[in-house]
Amino acid sequence: MKLSQLKVGETGTIVAFTDLDLSVKLMEMGCLPGEVVEVERFAPFGDPMAIRVAGYQLCLRKSEAAVIIIQ
Amino acid sequence: MGLDIKVALVGNPNTGKSTLFNRLTGLNQKIGNFPGITVDKKTGYTKLVDGKDAEIIDLPGTYSLYPKSKDESIVFQVLADKKNNSHPDVIVLIVDASNLKRNMLLFSQVADLGIPMVLALNMTDLSDKQGIYIHVDKLATKLGVQVIPISARNNIGIDKLKAAVAYTNKIATQVNAVEVNYLAPEAINAIKHKINSDNDYYALQILHQHEHLTFFTEKEQSEIEAIEKSNHFESSKIQAAETIARYKHLSTILADVVIDKGTAEKFSLSDKLDSILTHKIWGFAIFLLILFVIFNAIFAWSSYPMDWIESGFGFITEIGHKYLPAGMLTDLILDGVIAGLGGIFVFIPQIAILFAFISILEDTGYMARVTFMMDKIMSKVGLNGKSVVPMIGGLACAVPSIMAARNIENWKDRMITIMVTPLVSCSARLPVYILIISLIIPSKTVLGIFNLQGLALMVMYLVGVTAAVLVAWVMKFIIKTKERAYFIMELPVYRMPRWKNVLYTMYEKSKTFVFEAGKVIIAISIILWVMASFGPGNRFEKIDKKYAPALADTTKNTNHTATLIATEKLENSYVGILGHWIEPAIRPLGYDWKIGIGLITSFAAREAFVGTMATIYSVDGGDEDTSTIRERMAASVNNRTGLPVYSFATGISLMLFYAFAMQCMSTVAIVYRETKGWKWPVIQLVYMTAMAYFAALIAYQLLK
Repeated sequence: MKLSQLKVGETGTIVAFTDLDLSVKLMEMGCLPGEVVEVERFAPFGDPMAIRVAGYQLCLRKSEAAVIIIQ
Repeated sequence: MGLDIKVALVGNPNTGKSTLFNRLTGLNQKIGNFPGITVDKKTGYTKLVDGKDAEIIDLPGTYSLYPKSKDESIVFQVLADKKNNSHPDVIVLIVDASNLKRNMLLFSQVADLGIPMVLALNMTDLSDKQGIYIHVDKLATKLGVQVIPISARNNIGIDKLKAAVAYTNKIATQVNAVEVNYLAPEAINAIKHKINSDNDYYALQILHQHEHLTFFTEKEQSEIEAIEKSNHFESSKIQAAETIARYKHLSTILADVVIDKGTAEKFSLSDKLDSILTHKIWGFAIFLLILFVIFNAIFAWSSYPMDWIESGFGFITEIGHKYLPAGMLTDLILDGVIAGLGGIFVFIPQIAILFAFISILEDTGYMARVTFMMDKIMSKVGLNGKSVVPMIGGLACAVPSIMAARNIENWKDRMITIMVTPLVSCSARLPVYILIISLIIPSKTVLGIFNLQGLALMVMYLVGVTAAVLVAWVMKFIIKTKERAYFIMELPVYRMPRWKNVLYTMYEKSKTFVFEAGKVIIAISIILWVMASFGPGNRFEKIDKKYAPALADTTKNTNHTATLIATEKLENSYVGILGHWIEPAIRPLGYDWKIGIGLITSFAAREAFVGTMATIYSVDGGDEDTSTIRERMAASVNNRTGLPVYSFATGISLMLFYAFAMQCMSTVAIVYRETKGWKWPVIQLVYMTAMAYFAALIAYQLLK
C-alpha cells in the first residue's frame, strides 16, 4: 500500500520506495524503512499532506508520498 | 581586524542556526557574495575567550551534504575547498536536541570530511521539557568531539561554546562515523590518487558532486567524469546505501545516549494550533486577516515615516538651494544626488515593516503552514505557496516584496515570483490611475451603490493580479531548471518569535537595499536629472533670455513666469527631445509627445508622471494641484486631429501601459541585486514593456 492512500489518523511502517532519487531525499528527512509514519492532516485542497515521522512533522505532496510503500 | 580563527556554522533548517549566529556576532555582521554563485554569504565577527578574534560564517541550512538547491550546494563547496577563503578552521555543527537522530545525519557526513568540529546541542531547554534527556558526556566520548548543550534563544551555554571553539584541536578528533570505501572502492581509490587525498568520504563526495564544484579545472572535471564512467558510478543508489548505513550507525550511537520519556504529548499544542490554522475555513480566514494586516501596515503605517523622509529630503534640498552658491554643481548634488538618495531612503519603512512581519511568520513556524495550505493552487500556475506573501506585498511596493521572495527555496519558483510581482498594481500606480480615471470615467453611481470611478480602479487592480498569474503560468513552461522540484518540507513546531531576530532582519534588509540597490538607483536618477536639466545647443539660454524681461517685471506674477520657463525648458531638454522622438512609436497607442515625456521621466518612478504633467501643462502648484492638472489635461487638444488628447481610448490605453510597464528603476535595481546579474532584470524590463505596449496598442485601436 502507498502512503498517499492512508487516511488521517492511520499509521503504517515504511518498507520500500519506488523512486530512487526521491528515496534519498526522503531518507535524509528521516523516512527510513522500518520507521512508523502517521498521517496527521491534509491541506485544505486535499494536497499536500502532513505526516508524523521520526519525531517531527513533515509535509509532502501526495505524488511524493505515493513512492513510499507502507505496511 | 586580526583574525585568529574561521568558524563555519552548519546545521539543518529550523535548528536555531541564525539565532546562534546573531547571538555570536550581534550587529557585527555583513552580507557578501560567494564568488561565482548567486548565494548570499553571511559573515560576522566575535571575540572568543583569551581575546582571540573569530570570523563566523553562516552557511545555508541543509539536511544533508547532498544539495537539493543552489543555496545548499554552497555548504559542501566551502567545506571541500581548502583554498576557498571561507574554508573554516573549525565547524560548529548545530543540532536540534529534541530531534537528534535526523539532525545527526548531517553531523556524521560533515564529521567524515575530517575538519575539526564542535557539536552544539541546541534547544536543550525545550528537549528537557519534552522529557528528552541526552547524556552529553557519553555522546562526546562516542563522537570524539566536544559537545556543548546550548540554548541560543535563551542565551545559555554560548560562552561555553566560544571556549570550546577556541580550544578545539587543530587536527580533527572525531571518530570516523561510517566506512564508505566499500560503496565504490575502485572509483574512490582512483579519485584519492588523483586529488592526493587520503579521505574516502571526501573522494566519494567529489564523485557525487564534482559538477557543482567550481574549484576544479575543466581538465580535472573531465578526468573525474572519466573515473565515474569507467567504474559505472551510480550516484543515487550509492547515496541511498550511504544514508542507510549512516542511520544504522547513528542508531547504535544514540541508543543509550538519548532517553525519551514522552514523545506523545510534546506536539499537542502544535497539533491544536494546526487544526485551526490549517483548517479549511478558519485557516484561510486567518491567513486573509494576516495578509490584510501586512498589506495595511506597508500601505498605511509606512506612509508616516515615508512622509517624514520625503519632507526631510525636501527640506535639505530647499536649504541647500538657499545657502549653496547657485550653479550646475549645486543642482547636480541637490536635484540629482540628494533626490536620488531620498528616492532610496523612502523605501526603508516599507522594507523594514514587511520584513518584520515575514520574520515573525517564519520564526513562529506559520510560514511553513502557509506554504502547506497554498501549495495546491499556487503550484498550478508555476508559483510556490510562499509566493503569496510577495504578491500581496506587491500591492504596496514591489521592492520589499521581491526581497521577500528570498524565502522561497526552490530556484524556479523564486525566479517566477520575482518576475511577476511587479505586475501587481503597487501604490505608486495609484496616483496615475486616479488622475486618469478622473479624466475619463464619470463619477456616477451605478447599481445603486457602486461608484463608477471606484469600480474602474478595482478593475485596474484585478487586471494587475490576473496578468501576474497568467505570466507566471506561461513562465512555468519557459524557465528551465535542472533542480527537481520537491515539496518535502519540515513543519516546525510553533514557537514564539524572537524579537531580536526580527530587529536584525529589519536592519539587515534595509541595509542591503540601501547599499546594493542604492548604487543603481543613484546612477539612474543622475542620468535622468541630466537629461531633464540640459538641452542641446543654446536652447536653454534662449529661453532664459526670452523670459528675462518678464521675470524682471515686478508687476507681473513671477511665479507663473517661472512655471512657464520650467515648461519650456522641459520641452527643450534631452528628455523633451526624446519625447518628441518617440512620438511616432507611441502615436498608435493614442499618446502625444507630452505623454511621451511623462513616460520617460516616470521611468524613475511611476508617480513622477503626475509631477511631469504638472510641469508640462504649466501648473503653478506642481503636483500638489491635481484639480488644475486635470482641467488642463482635459482641455488639451491633439494638434493633428483637433480632438481631445485624453479620450476614453487614450486613458484606458495609458492605464494599461502603467499597469504592465516596468516603470520603476528601484525594482530593476532590486531584481539586479537579488538575482546577482543583469540577465533577469533585462528580461523583465523587456517583457513588461512589450506587454504594456501591446496591451495599450490593442486597447486604443479597439476603443478609438
